[in-house]
Amino acid sequence: MTEILLRSKGSIGIMVEAEVIIPDIFAGKKKEEIEGLIVWQGPFSLPLAEFFDVDVRSGAGLLEDTGSDGTRPDETSILIEGDVSRVKRIGQGMKAGRIEIHGSAGMHLGAEMTGGSILVRGDAGSWAGREMKGGLLHIAGSAADHIGSAYRGSWRGMTGGEIRIDGSARSQLGGGLVGGQIVVAGNVENFCGIRQSGGLIVVKGSAMRGVGAEMNGGTIAVCGDIRQFSPGFIETGHEENVKLGDMQLEGLYAKFTGDYALGKNPKGSLYCREG
Amino acid sequence: MMASKNIVCPVCGASCDDIQVELSGNSIAVKNACKMGNAKFQEIVSSHRIREPLLRKKGAIRPAQWEEAIERTAEILARARRPLIFMGSETSCEAMEVGLHLGEFLGAVVDSNSTVCHGPTAMGIQEAGRVGATAGQSKSRADLTVYWGSNPLESMPRHMSRYAVYPRGYWTRRGRFDRTVITVDPRKSITAGNSDLHIQLRPNSDHELLSALLTLLHGKRPHPSIEEVTGVSISQMEEMLELMKGCKFGTIYVGLGIASSYGKHRNAEAAFNLVKELNNYTKFVIGALRGHCNVAGFNQIASYLYGFPFGLDFSRGYPRYNPGEYTAVDLLRDKDVDAALIVSADPVSHFPAACAEYLAGIPMACIDIAPCPTTMLSDVVLPGVIDAMECDGTFYRLDDVPIYFQPFTKSPFSFTKSNADTMEQIFERVKAIKK
Ligand code: SF4
Repeated sequence: MTEILLRSKGSIGIMVEAEVIIPDIFAGKKKEEIEGLIVWQGPFSLPLAEFFDVDVRSGAGLLEDTGSDGTRPDETSILIEGDVSRVKRIGQGMKAGRIEIHGSAGMHLGAEMTGGSILVRGDAGSWAGREMKGGLLHIAGSAADHIGSAYRGSWRGMTGGEIRIDGSARSQLGGGLVGGQIVVAGNVENFCGIRQSGGLIVVKGSAMRGVGAEMNGGTIAVCGDIRQFSPGFIETGHEENVKLGDMQLEGLYAKFTGDYALGKNPKGSLYCREG
Repeated sequence: MMASKNIVCPVCGASCDDIQVELSGNSIAVKNACKMGNAKFQEIVSSHRIREPLLRKKGAIRPAQWEEAIERTAEILARARRPLIFMGSETSCEAMEVGLHLGEFLGAVVDSNSTVCHGPTAMGIQEAGRVGATAGQSKSRADLTVYWGSNPLESMPRHMSRYAVYPRGYWTRRGRFDRTVITVDPRKSITAGNSDLHIQLRPNSDHELLSALLTLLHGKRPHPSIEEVTGVSISQMEEMLELMKGCKFGTIYVGLGIASSYGKHRNAEAAFNLVKELNNYTKFVIGALRGHCNVAGFNQIASYLYGFPFGLDFSRGYPRYNPGEYTAVDLLRDKDVDAALIVSADPVSHFPAACAEYLAGIPMACIDIAPCPTTMLSDVVLPGVIDAMECDGTFYRLDDVPIYFQPFTKSPFSFTKSNADTMEQIFERVKAIKK
């Protein structure tokens, strides 16, 4: 295993875009090479060392049976200390390995990731897990808008992998969800699962409005209340202790099919807790 | 004494092109314009017009030489790490074009007023597509007019009389008598008072109402909670839908009630979807009532030059678009720009307080015709030239039709012919500094 420690040098003015912070790029690189990787601040490209102190601890817990020297991406773990809420695109497109952030992260965290795992101990900015294809994104705090959703102009959001949010998320969670699953322990605001066509969203708390709007497939479950129910969902029955994927929901749920505002034969399923 | 005809009014998106003016010394007489239009024409002789460049030094503002003011503006932009160029909507496409190119050169962010008005409508078009028509089409053909979240009698006073309701068209010979008007608005607006049917929905329930109409169109009865959520009965929705399906040619004019109530681009998207599907029954089109004379222009030229309608970020050398990330309000609130050039707009009054406060703390230059909170907080104020009165150029009308305008007098300044000219001069100096 190789552990790379990034310690934020202090407060950041104009936000930084740092899609180079992924195990796939850090793997096998020396401290100086990592320090020289390019990040962007507005139109200026600058070395990573401008914003972070870098420390490489290689060999820690060498995987002896693989005979590897611990420099493959999947053996690389990036630890980030300090507030990086003004650093965008950390973990974007990562394929393997691990990122752990001891603080909050900026926009596009883990966007388009296909594998590996990210743990952010604070909050995540908007667009975390955007169009993600695989891997695990765990947000221990709260998340902003468009988590796991499609980018502007696209109808296809996350296609695989898992997003876990221990706090709440704001609007458009799982917009255009095609596959994979998102579990929110807290509440969501508006248009959760808009244009969803596959995959699973579970909201343990409540939702404001627009749940499943334009939905055509996949499943959403809301365990709390929905303040403004989407009118294109038609009740089809009741289920006790619903099992969704590997999740078991306790209690009685009303089941709906929709969104009939989208078309005559929609295949989205919405579960709402009744008792 | 000088009389001019067929002048274009530089106020709202109606771009009325039949204004007559007589300018004599310190007074101007205006015919055909509405109250809003007339007020703007009076600006040309107003005593509070900004007539010389102003510079702020150590807090105090003082008159300055033009060259000095242009130089200072260029320095503010060239020295910034990430400047914001805000092209307001009361100036020509020609000025906006220079602003966009300047933004590309600097790696800046370029945005415009639609970011706080019909930006979500443009985003809705990107999600759903739009069935549209020119104003003339609806004037000649539409026997059903729907004002959804708009109140033209107050926001675009001549819309009903020039384009939509009262004029006699080829297939609408009897004018108002050949048309049905529906207004969808939480308020009893004067437009609602002049309509045949007023759907008084609860605020922030447009998306639910549109979804319910679409659900009815797909042969299903909406979830019963819809009556409570929208305050509109399902039977009233059915009545409205029958009028829509039964007309020969329907037009919906959406306003900020759609674009700026909760739901924003999702409301707009639902409205565009409804119109698309109504075309299975009859001819139906939809368009936005654009607020300012050239707010549509920025969307048009930014789209054809750089592919996106507003909120363009050039920091990586190519245009990027993501409302919420690269849009003026978000950038100012997140303190993610460090200088600003504001052209023909007053964001200090119209943006949220946190944004105005941040603008007060960063270097800012502006081009404007009259004092406003933005000019008061600027480090440089460049006097503006009034488009359509003092210089020629192009506006895009509410229906995205370009309107070329010619002036009835010329720029009162020796140092600039138009805002486009001023922008060119700034760009030249920026290039010289950056060389
Ligand atoms: S309707 Fe608009 S464009 Fe026409 S005169 Fe009035 S303000 Fe001017």
